[in-house]
Amino acid sequence: MKRTTLYDEHVRLGGKMVEFAGWEMPVQYSGVIAEHCNVRERVGIFDVSHMGEIWVTGPEAQSALDFLTCNKVASLVDGKAQYSALLNEKGGVIDDIIVYRFSSERFLLCVNASNADADFEWMKAKNPTSAVITNASAEYGQIAVQGPRAIELVAPLVKGADLLQVKPFHFIEADLLGTRVIIARTGYTGEDGVEIFIKQDRTLDLWRLLLEHGQSYGVLPCGLGARDSLRLEASYPLHGHELSPDISALESGLGWIIKFDKGDFIGREVLLAEKEKGVARKLVGFFLDDAGIARQGDTLVIPGSSDTVGVVTSGTKTPTVQRALGMALLATPYAAVDTQIAVVVRGREIKGHVVSLPFYKRAKE
Amino acid sequence: MEFPQNCKYTKDHEWVRMEGDVAVVGITEFAQAELGDLVFVDLPAVGKAVTAHGTMCVVESTKAASDVYAPLTATVAEANQALAADPGLINRTPYTDGWIVKLSGVSADEVAGLMSADEYRKLLGK
Repeated sequence: MKRTTLYDEHVRLGGKMVEFAGWEMPVQYSGVIAEHCNVRERVGIFDVSHMGEIWVTGPEAQSALDFLTCNKVASLVDGKAQYSALLNEKGGVIDDIIVYRFSSERFLLCVNASNADADFEWMKAKNPTSAVITNASAEYGQIAVQGPRAIELVAPLVKGADLLQVKPFHFIEADLLGTRVIIARTGYTGEDGVEIFIKQDRTLDLWRLLLEHGQSYGVLPCGLGARDSLRLEASYPLHGHELSPDISALESGLGWIIKFDKGDFIGREVLLAEKEKGVARKLVGFFLDDAGIARQGDTLVIPGSSDTVGVVTSGTKTPTVQRALGMALLATPYAAVDTQIAVVVRGREIKGHVVSLPFYKRAKE
Repeated sequence: MEFPQNCKYTKDHEWVRMEGDVAVVGITEFAQAELGDLVFVDLPAVGKAVTAHGTMCVVESTKAASDVYAPLTATVAEANQALAADPGLINRTPYTDGWIVKLSGVSADEVAGLMSADEYRKLLGK
């Protein structure tokens, strides 16, 4: 199993290490609920060094990416980030990614740990241009600083740039700890915050600086458990749950990042036909009204009928919303908000209803 | 970690404390730490017959559902309804307010055959 450079640090901090996507990662330190709430109320730091980084460079970098990804890369400007996906020819999701434009000839993709190698091979195989594709995953560590106090924590540490001027889904290159880092105002928690890309061998220094300097902001190290409950409340899809090569990107609710008008891209034909016909199922949110918890793979039925109408993609009881909730792929006729459904848990029907997403949205200043 | 001397233990990480002829059952401090914050307990019905090492009920953390095994062959006499509102009682006070069920019709021999606190501690290597 792979380890990030922070492995020993996680163990020292009492992190409970578990296997995730081929990596040994901390699922929690002090506890999932405490860490989750700390991110909602103050600030938390996450080791996300397992995430992959792929560079696409050269004069044809943009046109390569406009074919390889579904969102419109041509609409990006320097210093802007874009949520997107690599699709297969069936319109299924190979991975969901963030594309960062450094210049018209230089783009960085942040990809999921479990898919990084496959993404890289896929992109190389499908690249229709002379653009150069480089897997730089081993070069970078990555730390996410998330929560309402994240920006005020990080800003004073940054030299030569004003982090306060960086808008959401934008990024800068700046000096931190005397080294060049990439700081993106992005995240996976539903809170304000940044994700910092730093040279692998400086990741531990940055982690310790954030912990030490973050003391007065109430920082806590946070594990994958809190990351998952935070993203679920914010209703961000997770590859392997809501997204998969076998689930259409339209069904997964990614329609908002699929730009049919930009020209050809992998998956376009199938998705366009599906869009015109209408999707057979939709990604929805649900609350359970009876006692119980739904988990990935549990089936959904309509109460009083034994016909399966859907499947749970993610489910738990989350700390901020404090309800048993989840996301599910549900047959379109039943996907309207307030539809009464039941989730079959250990052979028992637990009643609930469809709700609109997201479950949690932070108050804007 | 604490493993009270007045309890007996199983390799499945349950504890048993006899109160008269009723066995009070919960999960050990080690088990709750392994599971993490609990958010739901699917309590068994009173009157349910349980078999030693068979599934007695299910506890759920934010991450996953886990079976709790019956430490003895017996009948569920009472389930801790306080856990419905506050499953975290198991995390905070696993041996007292975090008890899960009381079992009746237990065999004294079977109870005697469970591990002592010292034996359980040795099993964990603590």
